[in-house]
Amino acid sequence: MFLEQDRAKGNQIAGPMSLDQDPFRWVFLSDVCKHCEEAGCLEACPTGSIVRTEVGSVLVQNDVCNGCGYCVVSCPFGVIDRRPAPLPDSGGAFKCTFCYDRQKSGLVPACAKVCPTESIVFGRLDDLRARGAERVQQLQQSGYNDAQLYDPTETSVRGIHAFFLILGEPEAYGLPPKPQIPTIYLKSAWTSAFATAIASIIATLLAFAFFS
Amino acid sequence: MTTNSPSEKRLEELREQAWKEGVVAGRGVDVAGGPIPSKPGYYGQPVVKPPVWTWEVPLYFFFGGIAGMSAVIASGALIFHHVDLAREAMWLAAISGGILSPILLIMDLGRPHLFLNMLRVFKHRSAMSMGAWILSAFGACAVPGLIALELHTHQIFPGTLDQLLRLAAGTFIFGSAIFGTLLATYTGVLIGATTIPAWFLHRTLLPIHFGTAGLGSAAAVLELLGYRIAALNFLGFYAAAVESALLIWLSVDKHGVADRAIHEHGSGWLIRIGEVLNGPLALILRFFGLVPLAAISFLIGALVSRFGWIAVGKVSGSDPESVFAAERY
Repeated sequence: MFLEQDRAKGNQIAGPMSLDQDPFRWVFLSDVCKHCEEAGCLEACPTGSIVRTEVGSVLVQNDVCNGCGYCVVSCPFGVIDRRPAPLPDSGGAFKCTFCYDRQKSGLVPACAKVCPTESIVFGRLDDLRARGAERVQQLQQSGYNDAQLYDPTETSVRGIHAFFLILGEPEAYGLPPKPQIPTIYLKSAWTSAFATAIASIIATLLAFAFFS
Repeated sequence: MTTNSPSEKRLEELREQAWKEGVVAGRGVDVAGGPIPSKPGYYGQPVVKPPVWTWEVPLYFFFGGIAGMSAVIASGALIFHHVDLAREAMWLAAISGGILSPILLIMDLGRPHLFLNMLRVFKHRSAMSMGAWILSAFGACAVPGLIALELHTHQIFPGTLDQLLRLAAGTFIFGSAIFGTLLATYTGVLIGATTIPAWFLHRTLLPIHFGTAGLGSAAAVLELLGYRIAALNFLGFYAAAVESALLIWLSVDKHGVADRAIHEHGSGWLIRIGEVLNGPLALILRFFGLVPLAAISFLIGALVSRFGWIAVGKVSGSDPESVFAAERY
């Protein structure tokens, strides 16, 4: 799935200019779950509530989640949160489900179905990536030099299942330029923890051995 | 605003362009309060989500640290035959690690009644999962260890049974010390391995800080309970010295915009106040022999800095510029 802006409605795309020249460029903010290839929330979840489904999406099993909140700070895209109080089943983690229920019935996700400009497209990842690349080329040829696909395959996230065709830098769309899965920080943090553990034991033994 | 300012130049440029070409290209100038906001990212919207954790979590970090390191002190005391101190330390470990910590953790959950789901899986790549298992293992060692030690001390059972209790007390208490060191330090890993810039940039410092603050706090509580012995005083010196070094480390190891939540805002003040109280101030007070004051200073500092780190997470996670800047490291 990806989002692009090919059918100009109301002339959102003002012209082939870079972002700093054109203050009226149409940008968007999408809180859709990116369904990362390596998902930070899935790794962080201590209950096993967050799983990878057979369609490749990342899903929160609502009945298992106990609302510890660790996935919230483990998502590099900030798309998962605790369900706030007035909503039913509040307290548990919630995010875009990739319309798992619809996909199981052979239907496309609701956002792709409803989008009037067909900017949101659903399909096989390979097809979409090819289509996206083709469209980027097309745009660049017609003067949109800063057109690019936002699909961070080079970072520890290793690619996303909901990617975007954007003009200009990802920052303007609230997208992190180099999203990382936080498990890459575990090694140095645990090393430090073990070193502290050993130092504390040694300090305690020394304290009693020499000062009592 | 002077006649040389960039906006003045840009306006003159536009005027010239309009005069010559009859049409202008590009944008004009930004004025204060103007209609086009120039905020970082998407109109200043957070890129990652700040932590949802409330006061229970920093308080748990505080009590978990005390509990874990009390078990270490208890083990040291047992080895060197300070049985009274070992008993007191195990009471401290069992109450704060076996009762207070689980209560605080469960209170913080969005759905407290599902807390047992924490033990549904074992995931070594999730610090939260490891923490749940560490806390459980700690409780399962500290509480039986305390009971066995008390029964043995009061000679409730005769002969062989008492010898067995002595063995059980030793085994469980040493076990609780091992899990205790992890209980006091894993919390640093927990917040260090996240997407919050000010946290993950200091993932090496955090376990040292939390673990050492735990050791110093455990010693401080025991001193305030009346155990004014040289061994605990040494641990107080050690912890305050390490915390002072960490204060220097934090003020040297700056990452500019990426971790400005630590150096600016109210969150920065909480960190600084906490670190001064459990670092240099505790060290100086102890140096002049003012042990109870040093102990109180250290405890308040350890507590304040735990709240400070959670506050830092909230500020840093809401700041899109920090997220962008941190990704350049």
